Amino acid sequence: MKIVVQDAPFAPGEEVEAFSHGHTEMGAIVTFSGLVRGDGGLTRLEIEHYPGMTERAIRAIAEEAQARWSLGDVLVIHRYGTLKPGNPIMMVATAAPHRKDAFEAAEFLMDYLKSRAPFWKKEYGAKGEEWVAAKDADEAALTRW
Amino acid sequence: MEVLYFAWVRERIGIPKETVQTSAATVAGLVEELKAREERYEAAFADLSALRVALDQELTDFDAPLDGVREVAFFPPMTGG
Repeated sequence: MKIVVQDAPFAPGEEVEAFSHGHTEMGAIVTFSGLVRGDGGLTRLEIEHYPGMTERAIRAIAEEAQARWSLGDVLVIHRYGTLKPGNPIMMVATAAPHRKDAFEAAEFLMDYLKSRAPFWKKEYGAKGEEWVAAKDADEAALTRW
Repeated sequence: MEVLYFAWVRERIGIPKETVQTSAATVAGLVEELKAREERYEAAFADLSALRVALDQELTDFDAPLDGVREVAFFPPMTGG
């Protein structure tokens, strides 16, 4: 398991390449990359987090995924700080013997990272600055697990 | 104990963290003490349903006891991913 919370940019392709190496027992790798969507005149995103709790919370979510599905490995990378439209914000990758476990675990990780990992996004753009509000749908998404 | 504030809670209160001496038994009791201090705390804690709390970096609720807790954090619902 690898959990990375960083200010610096990352290249999802290179991370997937590195993650995929050496998993000779794994038949499936599923990856998801989240990018900054530059709609509504967004010029930049500032992501704040809670150092210490962030890593703990993500690790707990990843451990829960490993307990629920048959996984060989899990990777989570999440950025904080200043991001521009098109920049990768975060990615998850799951390696599993079979694709169903890899897909479901990746979706589970995404749903929980959205509302259980202590990050807060502030949008800067044509309308000034505004904190991104949590969506009811994001909380509701957890009930399916 | 250390009390931390994040996102708009930090902005409304005006500081990211402070050391607080309290005899409150629960998070809700601590919130009442803070609200009684100054208007900016009143503004930050006006609607508890819009807030989340973590004790020693574990998410919990406002009824949770503060016994033995070293770090309390208040923040809005998280928006990761």
